[in-house]
Amino acid sequence: MSTKVKKMLFILSKATIENVYAAFVMANGARMEGIESEIFFTFFGLEAIQKKKLENLHVATVGNPAMHIPTMLGGLPGVEALATKMMKKEMEKLDMPPVGEFLEILSDSGCKLWGCKLAVDMFHLEREDFIDELDGIITIGDFYSRADQEGTHLLFI
Amino acid sequence: MKKLIANREIDVNEEGYLLDFNQWDKEIGTYIANECNVSMTDKHWEVIDYLQDKHHKEEALSIRGIKKSGVINIKEFYNLFPGGPLKISTKIAGIPKPKSCI
Repeated sequence: MSTKVKKMLFILSKATIENVYAAFVMANGARMEGIESEIFFTFFGLEAIQKKKLENLHVATVGNPAMHIPTMLGGLPGVEALATKMMKKEMEKLDMPPVGEFLEILSDSGCKLWGCKLAVDMFHLEREDFIDELDGIITIGDFYSRADQEGTHLLFI
Repeated sequence: MKKLIANREIDVNEEGYLLDFNQWDKEIGTYIANECNVSMTDKHWEVIDYLQDKHHKEEALSIRGIKKSGVINIKEFYNLFPGGPLKISTKIAGIPKPKSCI
């Protein structure tokens, strides 16, 4: 393998569909290339690993100029849901798995999944609120210590 | 470009993937596998058969497809072909490297 990237560490702090999929596709893409990968879910990123919430993530229609709809329209009831439905349909066409299945694929592929302890405490969440595939709830310090080899890169999303 | 594989001149691209599947047989596959540090077992060949079958049906290969394949699960797939399973297994199978990001 010619790449000098040996390990990718992602910090996912948001739960909009586009950010979650960006992290997942990159983490999975790394594993497919023989690169190690891990994801640290913090703040709103925790929604992506909560059993009750992960299939209900939305695309952001407000404050997102790339949606090409007026911000006020984006805020109307139902617009966000509609945009999300359309985006999910397009993703399904490309054979992109839903969030829950994607997490299973990542875990089976050897991508480590971590919850941020501080954010978990802040939102008053328990281990049972999260998917079974979660490898643990750790501090940011613990996560830094995962950067244990040359060619490790950290990415904040 | 031409590459000498198992004492035969085989047409490959710059990454070593076969350009013409008709030049492929198990001997060629085994040779490429050895180059990738994979020693082939019956299970490996079962996966190779599946990949070739998919390719001939012109169905795109993806890791999600492997999960649904019924032939192998993702964990085993990574164990059998360490260091980039789809990339390495397709090379051994004599079919093009998948272009998908998933």
